[in-house]
Amino acid sequence: MRLPSFLRLSTLAVALLVLLVPGVVMASKWNLQPPNTVLAQDIYDLHTIIMIIITVIFVGVFGFMFYAIVKHRKSVGHKAAHFHENTTVEIIWTIVPFFILVVMAWPATTTLLAMRDTSDPDLTIKATGYQWKWGYEYLEDDVRFFSSLATPRDQIDGRVDKGEHYLLEVDNPVVVPVGKKVRVLTTANDVIHAWYVPALAVKQDAIPGFIRDTWFRAEQTGTFRGQCAELCGKEHGFMPIVVKVVTEDEYRTWVNQQKQTVAAPSFDPDKVYSLAELNQQGEGVYQMHCAACHMPDGSGMAPVFPPIKGSKIATGPKGPHLDMVIHGSKKNPAMMGFGSQLSDLELAAVLTYQRNALGNRTGDVIQPGDVMTAR
Amino acid sequence: MEAVHGHGHDDAHDHHPSGIMRYVTTTNHKDIGTLYLWFSFMMFLVGGVMALTIRAELFQPGLQIVNPDFFNQMTTLHGLIMVFGAIMPAFVGFANWQIPMMIGAPDMAFPRMNNWSFWLLPPAGMLLILSLFVPGGSAAAGWTLYPPLTIQHGMGMDLVIFAVHILGMSSIMGSINIITTILNMRAPGMTLMKMPLFVWTWLITAYLLIAVMPVLAGAVTMTLTDRHFDTHFFNPAGGGDPVLFQHIFWFFGHPEVYIIAIPAFGVVSQVLPAFSRKPLFGYTSMVYATASIAILSFLVWAHHMYTVGMPVEAQLYYMYATMLIAVPTGVKVFNWVATMWKGSLTFETPMLFSIGFLFLFTLGGFTGLVLALTPIDVQLHDTYYVVAHFHYVMVAGALFAAFSGVYFWLPKWTGRMYNETLGKWHFWLTMIFFNVTFFVQHFLGLAGMPRRIPDYALQFADFNMISSIGAFGFGLSQILFLYIVLQTIRSGEKSPEKPWDGADTLEWTHLPTPAPYHSFETPPTVK
Repeated sequence: MRLPSFLRLSTLAVALLVLLVPGVVMASKWNLQPPNTVLAQDIYDLHTIIMIIITVIFVGVFGFMFYAIVKHRKSVGHKAAHFHENTTVEIIWTIVPFFILVVMAWPATTTLLAMRDTSDPDLTIKATGYQWKWGYEYLEDDVRFFSSLATPRDQIDGRVDKGEHYLLEVDNPVVVPVGKKVRVLTTANDVIHAWYVPALAVKQDAIPGFIRDTWFRAEQTGTFRGQCAELCGKEHGFMPIVVKVVTEDEYRTWVNQQKQTVAAPSFDPDKVYSLAELNQQGEGVYQMHCAACHMPDGSGMAPVFPPIKGSKIATGPKGPHLDMVIHGSKKNPAMMGFGSQLSDLELAAVLTYQRNALGNRTGDVIQPGDVMTAR
Repeated sequence: MEAVHGHGHDDAHDHHPSGIMRYVTTTNHKDIGTLYLWFSFMMFLVGGVMALTIRAELFQPGLQIVNPDFFNQMTTLHGLIMVFGAIMPAFVGFANWQIPMMIGAPDMAFPRMNNWSFWLLPPAGMLLILSLFVPGGSAAAGWTLYPPLTIQHGMGMDLVIFAVHILGMSSIMGSINIITTILNMRAPGMTLMKMPLFVWTWLITAYLLIAVMPVLAGAVTMTLTDRHFDTHFFNPAGGGDPVLFQHIFWFFGHPEVYIIAIPAFGVVSQVLPAFSRKPLFGYTSMVYATASIAILSFLVWAHHMYTVGMPVEAQLYYMYATMLIAVPTGVKVFNWVATMWKGSLTFETPMLFSIGFLFLFTLGGFTGLVLALTPIDVQLHDTYYVVAHFHYVMVAGALFAAFSGVYFWLPKWTGRMYNETLGKWHFWLTMIFFNVTFFVQHFLGLAGMPRRIPDYALQFADFNMISSIGAFGFGLSQILFLYIVLQTIRSGEKSPEKPWDGADTLEWTHLPTPAPYHSFETPPTVK
């Protein structure tokens, strides 16, 4: 056998790779994102170990192949041997991989068991996927809000330069205290979404009609960004997740602020609004909640997303229009009800806007009181 | 055949209509094989254009070329067309051409059904393409067609469902034909354990197809009734479960992966020994390893669903079962390397593609092992890492093997030799651009870029640009392949009777080149 020199060479190559690879992969662009939980670190390390094992095997196996390609070629006059089986070798290479797999499965099992242990959380947040935004509800602290993409349309369409956190920024981030076990319940309102934040090693499908759970305990404060990971329709790429990890004190302050905002309604329920006032606010609500499907100019994308412009519902009697926007469509599952997401004023504004803009001219004004009655 | 036709001469094989009617009415396994191969190449180009649309949009961050809805239609149809329109029919084409010749049979067992199995494909392909042009466009839920998203789609989805039904019928008929041919029409003396490995792999694949295509048909039919007839299989509001679809789909979907890969194993197992001038190492263990992979493929489906929230016990089971597949797959890789070991190797184009297959398929197998580990998969599921992984096994696996097979058997099929220099160019361009396109996608996935998004955050920009450049290079390189094949058919040099001195299966040893219209009028005797 002429193997020894070749084996020495491949050992050297493997040693070099083992030394070099971790250095190169530290940069997050080439590897998993820098972990911010113990489990994320465990997964990161597990991945590194597995990569080393498979790199060694890969180099070993293909070392043989390339050796054969160089030395056993016809053009260097190599004559073919005629062996075609060797029971001993075949048994060895069936059994040895089995034991390597057991070595891999052991740390994977312990990590997985820890990942799935959602018991005794300090804090529980319910994350609900909508087409296309996330709704959050803090069960203990009774805070709830929606979180939508904050990147301006102009950046997406290339009319202005893209910001640093392009597509990974939201209007209302999830705020959690550092060092606390946060259990995340996931569900969805329409189709399947998935709540995915790489640095926290969390990815859990959000399935309509079912509640699943996962958890994380952030090690350090900071802002961590992720995205919806399950294809959920046309704006799937535009519903990011931002988690702000803050100190316990900052978290308390934030909770109190949230409660005050909810306690003090931003509008006077008895006030009668003018068409212009409602139209102006309605445009903002429309662009945030309706434009993704019905398009910014109301032209829609038939047949699933019908146009608002000139539609029977938006130009006909007020009742069915209110019903459609508050409760959703009974025929078309793509049209969800916005009653639970928007305030009376926001609904009144967007309804008024739809009836008096986008090419519609009904002159109707829908007041927050009308919405309250129709709910 | 002589008795059937009542001819005393062997010129009976020229009795067929000419022109287009020859192919419409043909019951000849070679004509049908040719039809399958050309159909699959055309669908490969259609699916390729869709892939390039995707890569063009992803060349830079921002939305430039297509809107997100059309983008999703492209990813969906690219997947469906490549899987059902390009790769699967390509290997059925090989089966049609090769199985009768390799087992010493005159034709397939059911020639008329064979004609039907092919002619169902063009309407199905048309339906898939047509679905783009109906109101609302085509299905846009990915090739996996997960509800409830598919319930929202317009009538394009119904066309896709209908296409899947037809494709399923075609596959089942093709499989019945292949199994019957292999089990009943082998030449005297050719026991099962003397069959060429390519025939073995197709026997196993055909059983897989019969087992799982009806399951897929069931899943899409349930989607259809949910859409139109008020059933609630997948609608939680009516007591259904969206995850149920995923279980049914992947019960089909995982064996489907092997339906694509196993015939590729078969081609490579013919080519590597031929150019190593040495018998296949471990033939018996190859057969058992292939059968083990096929059986295991029914038992691991939920590893595609680690993040749906199954019980942890189920996750552990699927992780262990999936890892187990590495054992028979490892056996195959070791056997292939051992086949080359101490051979007398030459590196014509078929051999290059088979070595490329071996190298890159193994790489894809290793990333599959990484993904099998549930904790790591939770990070990588539905990211570009998965996209990279399955393109290594589907493209560098199945497609490379198909190219290898075409170059290997083209002289036998046409009696003409392809241009070796151009063939090598095709290999190296394909090999390099494939890796430029897909290797960097591993890094994108690790860094957290989800799949099926038309626009992405700025940290992913570099690798996406590299990947898009690679994709266009890869796509253009395939035009060279078309040129090479056409040139061979029209004006290739006459092939020697046996251009590959290491080839030892019946089509090379017992049939002239080019192979006659009817393969074996009298069966050869196999010792």
